[in-house]
Amino acid sequence: MKKVNAVVVGAGAAGGIVAKELSTAGLSVVLLERGRWYTANDCRKDDLRNQRTTVLGNAFGPDDEGNPRVVWDPQTGPRTLLPSEGGYQNNAACVGGGTLSYGAMAWRYMPQDFRMRSIYGAPAGSSLEDWPITYDDLEPWYEKAEYEIGISGDYSGSPFFGPRKRPLPMPPLAPNREFQILEPAAKRLGLHPFHIPMARNSVPYNGRGPCMRCRWCVGFACEVDAKNGSQNTVIPTALATGNCELRTECMAKEILTDDRGRARGVAYFDADGRLQEQPCDIVIVSACAIESARLLLNSKSRLFPNGIGNRHDQVGRHLQGHHYTGAVGFFDFDTYDDVGPGASIAVADYNHGTPGLCGGGALCNEFIRLPIQMIDRLPVNTPRWGLAHKKAMRSFYKRNIAVMGPTQPIPMADARITLDPAVRDKWGMQVARISGNVHPHTFEIGIVQAQRSEAWLKEAGAVSTVVNAGRPTTVSAGQHQAGTCRMGNDPQGSVVNRNCQVHDVDNLFVIDGSVHVTNGGFNPALTIMAIAYFASDSLVRNWNATGFRS
Amino acid sequence: MQSSRDGVSLTRRQFVAAGAMGGAALAVGCTGHNQGDWDFLNDEQARTLTAICDQIVPADDFPSASQAGVLTYIDRQLARHYRRHRNAYRDGLSSADAMSWQRHGRDMAALSAPQQAQLVAAIEKENSAFFNLVRSHTLEGYYGAPRHGGNRDAVSWRMVGMGEPPVRGRAQYDERKGAAS
Ligand SMILES: Cc1cc2nc3c(=O)[nH]c(=O)nc-3n(C[C@H](O)[C@H](O)[C@H](O)COP(=O)(O)OP(=O)(O)OC[C@H]3O[C@@H](n4cnc5c(N)ncnc54)[C@H](O)[C@@H]3O)c2cc1C
Ligand code: SF4
Repeated sequence: MKKVNAVVVGAGAAGGIVAKELSTAGLSVVLLERGRWYTANDCRKDDLRNQRTTVLGNAFGPDDEGNPRVVWDPQTGPRTLLPSEGGYQNNAACVGGGTLSYGAMAWRYMPQDFRMRSIYGAPAGSSLEDWPITYDDLEPWYEKAEYEIGISGDYSGSPFFGPRKRPLPMPPLAPNREFQILEPAAKRLGLHPFHIPMARNSVPYNGRGPCMRCRWCVGFACEVDAKNGSQNTVIPTALATGNCELRTECMAKEILTDDRGRARGVAYFDADGRLQEQPCDIVIVSACAIESARLLLNSKSRLFPNGIGNRHDQVGRHLQGHHYTGAVGFFDFDTYDDVGPGASIAVADYNHGTPGLCGGGALCNEFIRLPIQMIDRLPVNTPRWGLAHKKAMRSFYKRNIAVMGPTQPIPMADARITLDPAVRDKWGMQVARISGNVHPHTFEIGIVQAQRSEAWLKEAGAVSTVVNAGRPTTVSAGQHQAGTCRMGNDPQGSVVNRNCQVHDVDNLFVIDGSVHVTNGGFNPALTIMAIAYFASDSLVRNWNATGFRS
Repeated sequence: MQSSRDGVSLTRRQFVAAGAMGGAALAVGCTGHNQGDWDFLNDEQARTLTAICDQIVPADDFPSASQAGVLTYIDRQLARHYRRHRNAYRDGLSSADAMSWQRHGRDMAALSAPQQAQLVAAIEKENSAFFNLVRSHTLEGYYGAPRHGGNRDAVSWRMVGMGEPPVRGRAQYDERKGAAS
């Protein structure tokens, strides 16, 4: 195969941006994606088969056949799971990665989120750290992501975010009924509600139309292409340069190295299952936190017997996601107006600054709940089946609001990805094994966040509430997975440097949620995108200075 | 709901018309089972399963689980996505009938409704893994997308007050993709 400048593994949030930035800078790029490329015609709003409710499978990958993972649950020991089973911790496998079907909340983290250890000190046993970069380093790249991907919303109601130079490029969608109910209640409580920033067109933008406010947003593709991911923004731009070739249904097997320990290419299985080798000058791994770590661990050689970049046993550690807690409130009037996407209002008053708590998180109203998602979210004491259950579905389906939020997790070094010794995927590769948990203080914060959600709902007029604040036995990484190839200045305690370059392999990069040191009290995608722009910028500058040519 | 979306009522009526055609096409493929016409279940299993499902979602002014096509949903998935649960169904259904014989001297399907309700409560206690599986599948079939054979004519969605989807520009995609796969 003809050598190219760069191979990017994974066409998701980060990989799409890296491919675009490198190809527009003139590098030749091969973008490998294990999944398929879906269009609006494939969107099929199927409430039993999507990326949120997966009882009949994941609509946007991976398939249940041949893609197992193992979860080490302290109560049951190792369990081999299918991608459609909850504990698998799936995000997605398709062009666009998670951004084809995500809810598209697109937050900036707060300045404090990058300095958690300095602000709070590390709780005993945790691996809480500061990032080697600050909010100010990322600010211009947040802005670039907001304008290139296309974000609507309005932060102006909240005084808690870091400084920004430009407003969001699009106004928020008109408030739905839940917004109208929750906003005055929040203000009465002295909170600062605002419009959730969303990667969703509220007005025509980037040559595509606005959201038509349907019922099926989170977990689904958008049939009018109003939801903005890498698949309808940066990846088409990358392909239009003529410098980028996207190869779908191609599963990266390992990063190949030369005898000096530098990356020389990527071995992958093509759509027909044939093993191919793509030689290149630099390799960028953007396969999402769990699979990026797995690919590094599976890339063994004489110089890297435990996997490339893993000299100090750091690859796969500090796995985190978000611990979601909140409450459902039941009302004696209709709260449901069938105006999608549903999620609309947030408060960020509780992200930092509560004495005794190491952080916090945003609280938001939830996306539209489809009936199938309500079956276990009825008022306390509702029987699980029978006429009473059916009646409760009827009485409360249109009369409830869910408020919840992602508690900023306190990471632990032993929450991690390793290679399972026994289980292999359909290509014969060892699969990811997930084990460990976040620091227990995370759950204490989660309880407080749930009580705050309940208080907001009660103020809004809820006649009864159900509080949801569980304590999962293994780390809840899933769609917000992050942290497995930590960014840091110390090669012994991290995998990549501040530019996402693997410490001991100068032409190998990990650019995706893996590099997050901590995961903020917000959904992570916009930060992943900002980091992709930030890291691509330094990569291109380095390239132009011929830093990588061996 | 109606009042808030008057602006799309015309579109909605058109959508309903299109939906009715789609529904007819669906009916040919997957409803109205004759004897022995199941993909996985045998008739005896189907009768027992009907009894259990109809306790989980009984009829009132809206149809019961089986009336809304839940058996079709479960049977189809046992031949597809839920193949891995076949043994659980085989064993669970025969043990339900065994319990019924032990307590009442006949098949579960032949019991009165209150007796069936009692038996389902007993199954929930004594064979909770099986009960939870059937409960999940029943509720999926009843409240999930009609394209999979359950929730016939979107009856549960109408029951909860969702109305027809206020969606512009969807029908073309539904038609192109056809019924479930
Ligand atoms: C239903 C849903 C709702 C969500 N809602 C939100 C939200 O509202 N806000 C938010 O911020 N985030 C949300 N997320 C999460 C968001 O999508 C992820 O944080 C983001 O996509 C992660 O970006 P990434 O670049 O790390 O990985 P991804 O976007 O997952 O991209 C990784 C890509 O790499 C590919 N890949 C993996 N391994 C290989 C291999 N070996 N060879 C080739 N290709 C490979 C995968 O197929 C995938 O396409 C949601 C996700 C889902 C699924
Ligand atoms: S709610 Fe809007 S953005 Fe989301 S899928 Fe529907 S039309 Fe698309």
